[in-house]
Amino acid sequence: MSMTITEKILAAHVDADEVRPGEIIDCRVDFVFANDITAPLAIQEFQKMDIPQVFDPDRVAFVFDHYVPSKDIASAQQCKITRDFVRAHDLPHFYDIGRSGIAHVLLAEEGFVGPGDVFVGADSHTCNQGALGAFATGVGSSDLAAAMALGRLWLRVPETVKYVLRGKLQPWVTGKDLILAIIGRIGVDGARYGAMEFAGEALAHLSMDERFSITNMAVEAGAKNGIMEPDDVTLAWFRPRARRSSAMYRSDPDANYADVRDIDASALETVVSVPSSPGNVVPVREVAGVKVDQCFIGTCTNGRIEDLRMAATVLAGRKVHAETRLLVIPATPRIYRQALEEGLIQIFLDAGGAISTSTCGPCIGGHMGVLAEGEVCVSTSSRNFIGRMGHRQSQVYLSNAGVAAASAVLGRLAHPDEVVRAPVPV
Amino acid sequence: MTIRGKAHKLGHHVDTDVIIPARYLVTNDPAELARHCFEDLDPTLRARIRPGDIIVAGENFGQGSSREHAPIAIKALGVPCIVASSFARIFYRNAFNIGLPLVESADAYAGIEDGHEIDVDLSAGRIDDHSTGGTFVSTPIPDFMQRLLDAGGIVGYVHAQRAQRKQ
Ligand code: SF4
Repeated sequence: MSMTITEKILAAHVDADEVRPGEIIDCRVDFVFANDITAPLAIQEFQKMDIPQVFDPDRVAFVFDHYVPSKDIASAQQCKITRDFVRAHDLPHFYDIGRSGIAHVLLAEEGFVGPGDVFVGADSHTCNQGALGAFATGVGSSDLAAAMALGRLWLRVPETVKYVLRGKLQPWVTGKDLILAIIGRIGVDGARYGAMEFAGEALAHLSMDERFSITNMAVEAGAKNGIMEPDDVTLAWFRPRARRSSAMYRSDPDANYADVRDIDASALETVVSVPSSPGNVVPVREVAGVKVDQCFIGTCTNGRIEDLRMAATVLAGRKVHAETRLLVIPATPRIYRQALEEGLIQIFLDAGGAISTSTCGPCIGGHMGVLAEGEVCVSTSSRNFIGRMGHRQSQVYLSNAGVAAASAVLGRLAHPDEVVRAPVPV
Repeated sequence: MTIRGKAHKLGHHVDTDVIIPARYLVTNDPAELARHCFEDLDPTLRARIRPGDIIVAGENFGQGSSREHAPIAIKALGVPCIVASSFARIFYRNAFNIGLPLVESADAYAGIEDGHEIDVDLSAGRIDDHSTGGTFVSTPIPDFMQRLLDAGGIVGYVHAQRAQRKQ
């Protein structure tokens, strides 16, 4: 019988010939992780399950990214719970301050996830990993505890909607703009409970960095997972990092899709999500001029090397506007080092940007750049809900890194071509 | 099982950031989380919710983050169940995992006003509005979710799974 890539991966993880949308399955998981916010609760629930050890210490990771380096005593206490657990159970994959980065970026970079995997994390943006051709989904702490205990997770097999991306993106239009445009069209619950499968020739032109920012935001449309078939770009990226064997699945040509939507990628513009929903998507030119207090380049959505390169193209030889602040947070230490070697960090420093060790920090209004009442931030993150980055009367515009950098230079929302004319060399 | 309570009506797409802002995610203590529940949505709402009151919301309740702290905070306010037109996926799992039942009914959302006394019959899939006499049908709770509720949440479910395997 014909299946989508999502269905094939799930079928393989229940040792069945097929699974059908709507079916509830008890699925084997290849890898699980939690972060410094979700791990303590997962550990507490795991301990209630009376299971002495995790199902496979080599398939469990804890990654500190949200409130690290610890912002206060309470968050330090939370980290301590996880550190103690990791040591007591002698778990090998623990990423603490200095070696740690934003989990979704770091775990892919470290090769813990690959094509064909079922990958589960106690963080909603776990869907990020679907760009590698894996089934990856976010769950809460109790679910994670159960997966840590049993190596299995109950799942309802999702219906798949296929997005066929035609043509090629224009300069300054990135994977981020593409996914924002889709969310703008279908709404923040437009893919609720389903699988979003991205396909089409526009993808072939996109690097892994851009692909990750697309699947990363599948959850902003309510999806269970976002996924792409692995191709040469995937393999070139994944092979040098691989830690386990992988399996390449492709959707059957006659697979059963709930819907197939065509998107002309070449017609898309550079966009932003205006406050306070990722679904409020408009061309950046429509809101160019809004005064901006802070610009933030980072996060699991757009804190990768190509994002930093794009920002540096705009910022090179320029200064951050006197009434605006710029924060740059590379998503992982490896990206930080690479940015250093490429001279990007120098450019950000010269421009007057503040650069921080890898952390989610400002993305959740946690620390390292919290907004005051009435302040406006242009952010490369994925959510602009009320109060997301600070005061409930602060506002967040979501954008690509070029827009955030241009807005930092001009002190107002701006299209990058208002600052630089040349196309982006990525 | 029937739950009676006063309805607090909220809008569509209520997200986990307004249910419990991330700045408070430095504790797992349900009572502490409850103190900040819905703070960014309406700072006065928390004080108006009495134990036993029921949340009635629109589409996609609980969208956003995976933070289980969100249903934990609501449960710790004493809310025995949530009625909504629809729920976001992770919130849905999390709520059942901690033993907080969710009931889907777009008709109930359309028909029930803020402050109405309502009865939610979980097993029959029925919601009665005593203030108007209106009756609404809810989507039946899937068998699997019912088993989770019966086990008292995912921890109990895991215990049951292991007992079964040992047999
Ligand atoms: S960067 Fe933001 S969206 Fe990504 S994991 Fe961290 S808090 Fe979540």
